[in-house]
Amino acid sequence: MGRKEDNVKRARDIMNKLDYIRNIDIAAHIDHGKTTFSDNLLAGCGMMSEELAGKQLVLDYDEQEQARGITINAACASMVHSFREKEYLINLIDTPGHVDFGGDVTRAMRAVDGCIVLVCAVEGPMPQTETVVRQALREKVKPVLFINKVDRLINELRLTPPEMQQRFIKIISKFNELVDKMVPEEFKGKWNVKVEDGSVAFGSAFNNWAISAPYMKKTGISFKDIYDYCSKNDQKSIAKKLPIHEVVLDMVVDHLPSPKVAQKYRIPHIWRGDLEHTVGKSMMECREDGPLALMVTKIIIDPHAGEVAIGRMYSGKVERGQDVYVIGMPNANRIQQTNLMVGADKIPVDYVTAGNIAAVTGIRDAIAGSTVSSDPEMEPFERIVHISDPVVTVAVEAKNTKDLPKLIEVLRLISKADPSIQIEIDQQTGENLMSGMGELHLEITEYRIRNEHKVDIVTSEPIVVYRECVTKKSPYKFEGKSPNKHNRFYIEVEPLPENVIKALYNNEIPQNVKKYKKEVAKILQDLGMDKDAAKGVFAFNKLNIIADVTKGIQHLFETRELIKEAFDEVMKSGPIASEPCQGLLISLVDAKLHEDAIHRGPAQVIPAARNAIYGAIIISDPVLLEPMQKVFISTPQDLMGDASRELNQRRAIVRDMQVEGDLVNIDAKAPVADMFGFASAIRSATGGRVLWNTENMGFEPLPRSLQDKIIKLIRERKGLKPEPYPPEYYMG
Amino acid sequence: MQKGQLIFIGLGLYDETDLSVKAIQEIKTCDFVYAEFYTSSLMGTTKDRIEHIIGKPIQLLSREETENNENILKRAENEAVAFLVGGDPMTATTHLDLRLSAIKRGIPTRIIHSSSIVTAVPGLLGLQNYKFGRTTTLAYPEKNYFPVSPYHIIKENKERGLHTLVLLDIQAEKKRYMTANEGLQLLLQMEQKVEEKIINDTTVACVVARAGSKNPFLRADTIKSLQSIDFGPPLHTIVIPGNLHFMELEALVTIAGLPNKIAETMQKP
Ligand SMILES: Nc1nc2c(ncn2[C@@H]2O[C@H](COP(=O)(O)OP(=O)(O)OP(=O)(O)O)[C@@H](O)[C@H]2O)c(=O)[nH]1
Ligand SMILES: [Mg+2]
Repeated sequence: MGRKEDNVKRARDIMNKLDYIRNIDIAAHIDHGKTTFSDNLLAGCGMMSEELAGKQLVLDYDEQEQARGITINAACASMVHSFREKEYLINLIDTPGHVDFGGDVTRAMRAVDGCIVLVCAVEGPMPQTETVVRQALREKVKPVLFINKVDRLINELRLTPPEMQQRFIKIISKFNELVDKMVPEEFKGKWNVKVEDGSVAFGSAFNNWAISAPYMKKTGISFKDIYDYCSKNDQKSIAKKLPIHEVVLDMVVDHLPSPKVAQKYRIPHIWRGDLEHTVGKSMMECREDGPLALMVTKIIIDPHAGEVAIGRMYSGKVERGQDVYVIGMPNANRIQQTNLMVGADKIPVDYVTAGNIAAVTGIRDAIAGSTVSSDPEMEPFERIVHISDPVVTVAVEAKNTKDLPKLIEVLRLISKADPSIQIEIDQQTGENLMSGMGELHLEITEYRIRNEHKVDIVTSEPIVVYRECVTKKSPYKFEGKSPNKHNRFYIEVEPLPENVIKALYNNEIPQNVKKYKKEVAKILQDLGMDKDAAKGVFAFNKLNIIADVTKGIQHLFETRELIKEAFDEVMKSGPIASEPCQGLLISLVDAKLHEDAIHRGPAQVIPAARNAIYGAIIISDPVLLEPMQKVFISTPQDLMGDASRELNQRRAIVRDMQVEGDLVNIDAKAPVADMFGFASAIRSATGGRVLWNTENMGFEPLPRSLQDKIIKLIRERKGLKPEPYPPEYYMG
Repeated sequence: MQKGQLIFIGLGLYDETDLSVKAIQEIKTCDFVYAEFYTSSLMGTTKDRIEHIIGKPIQLLSREETENNENILKRAENEAVAFLVGGDPMTATTHLDLRLSAIKRGIPTRIIHSSSIVTAVPGLLGLQNYKFGRTTTLAYPEKNYFPVSPYHIIKENKERGLHTLVLLDIQAEKKRYMTANEGLQLLLQMEQKVEEKIINDTTVACVVARAGSKNPFLRADTIKSLQSIDFGPPLHTIVIPGNLHFMELEALVTIAGLPNKIAETMQKP
């Protein structure tokens, strides 16, 4: 038996010893070394050859990942590690650093209990570092810190040992600041990292070594020794004495929680069912003999096995031949295969038990975010919210019309595997819209359609996705009439306050209002919403709310689901440019209904409510919001002018500028619409000597001067008449 | 001066011979004839046969065309327009909007009445129209729409000792007419949902099928027994009786086949 096979067997044996399992992910700013690091852990544990580690990038197995040298997909790997004479099973997920793929990081956080945050010693904590720490803490995932690329401090920056010390202190305190800012109340002061207890480690992923306080103690090796080895260009010796996987995995086992410990506080956070009974109880105790509860966090499309669902087992056992339900879907799915994962390899196992990460085939109905259970009535897990929605769209057409059916199938597959891609298929025109997180995201997806799925496509120039909102409360209640004129709905709309939008955004409000009516009302009231409105809230749609503030109108209740349908329709496609709405509080203030149920069915109520909502938005000074980006640029002083010029042409606003040695760090924000092509523009303007990155930062009102022009552009592109309809149009 | 007008003309219950002489005469003087059959349909006839009797072509209107009434009104501004409706034109319909819109435009309107299911069903069963409470209609459940207000109306009526006329959904465009069996099933489902103990298997109900035809089918019995009966082609109507006057009870036994055993239990001491 080779070492790898032997390890797989050992992994299987530990799978149901809960105290000996750790589920973790590796997260960091782009290029801080996550994949190199993860590969070396795998190699150290005998799951791949040591020579290839860090060079082959087992976890960047995808062709596009290899070609571009970045991680696009979160990849899983399981490995065995010995700590204090006991063997531990470490299930690890390597995640992408580029913002465009941030959705994968959010979803991976749902599968794990702990997280190693890598920070490059040279760059220090970067914007994405803050984002991943937020993502982890929001899911109650405990972080530890690894300061990477320490070799560069010595060999490139030529820092002295005291200077290095300074830098480490700065990084650690910045990291702890981030933790303090966002840590859940119950862990305040408990989840900070400290050098002394070994929750911080330092090292070089590339050169395969690491050091932590416990290891200094254990081996007697000091920073000074490391410094000397590096200076002598002999990092191999350090790697022999202080192999990265030993140091880091010791830290993981010692500081990150086992599933048994973590599920006790994570389950109430991610699941709102009854914790005292059946599946709830079983998840709290992480029992393998309870009902199956699996949360799917990723679908990968395997050329041989087809769709593979990867997710966290919170309760029970998943095995081949078992009938399981994807909550919300009517029919059972039969499990075909259960596996552990290492990069692109699936290692078949007979079953996977609670507390582990499983890769399963046969769950046809699953998408990322699905709850899978043996009980079709199980309360689903809370949905995984990703910080930002897609902001860029291209139109995709098949070059040859005969490929259209195939293209539609491919697009469907792609959006299943990558939930950050949104597809809108227009059966009539054959024009399909594909939206993603950024230019790079779409570029890579287009490449895949052409080269992996072999469909020749033509794509349009990218365009940004806008949002519609209002700037004031409706001056009067807008009346919408049903086609038979016997039913009337009266709607007012107003902008939601910032803190409510934020709470929605952070998923702090249960979406199932029917079930959690009291809780929802309380949270909204605590956020300052009027008592009647808060109590009347009956549905959410993304960052919009609808409330019924009427009193005692007979039969109104029966029409509620229909009003909700109308609400969903309008929120998806607003009145000014058919773009999604955002930040609206829609209030149903009055209604007049026909006496007989037959004259107030869907065909009457939906159009009436829809017109009332459209009209109310139109009379409340609607505006278009555009997506914004933070842009961070690090430029040598002499290129400062060129970099600034690039920014100035793009409606960018510089928010902060700091000089650090020879470098100037610019912190700016700019509209996504004007940032297209920035990558090549700045490269050619500065000879590639300027480092930069961006981060999506939500939507802001488009300047007044551009409103009419852009609205007209969007409407014409969508084949609508150039101006939005006046209020009379919606009066009926 | 406008010369147009809009005349709402009731076609009655079942076939072309239900048209009154007055109705036919009025139609003959009209310039244009519309009809809508989505609120009720004359099951015993066809558009052709009606056209044959009135000697004019009919333009059939969908629900959308009727509700978005611009075309009808435009025409009625200058021409005499007949608008044919099954039953009695203003009963159990929403055509009042069309009439009001016409009046607002200065178009004179008139109504030619005819018999309606609302009076025919009590008449056939021998129930007194004085004793009916609010009428209700059972709608085919749709996605996000399962109204239970009919249940509440039956309850209210019952509490006041009144009968309830329960009309059944017509989706003429889909050729879908709710049967009494489907209707009774829906009522039982509503009971399960609302649980106010108004309706169960042993509740007595009356069913009338094909009112206005030569051989209407009438039956009063427990819901359970009724559910196993095939009432034949549409349209069907249900009545949930309240307190029965002794004459009404006798009528249900004699005319609608209510089993004596059940009748005895319904006799007020
Ligand atoms: N000198 C040095 N280079 C390193 C070290 N770790 C990683 N690198 C290099 O940094 C670059 C990025 O490494 P990756 O492992 O791909 O980084 P990543 O964080 O996975 O990148 P994304 O997944 O795209 O965000 C590669 O060129 C690595 O060889 C290190 O410790 N020292
Ligand atoms: Mg990577």
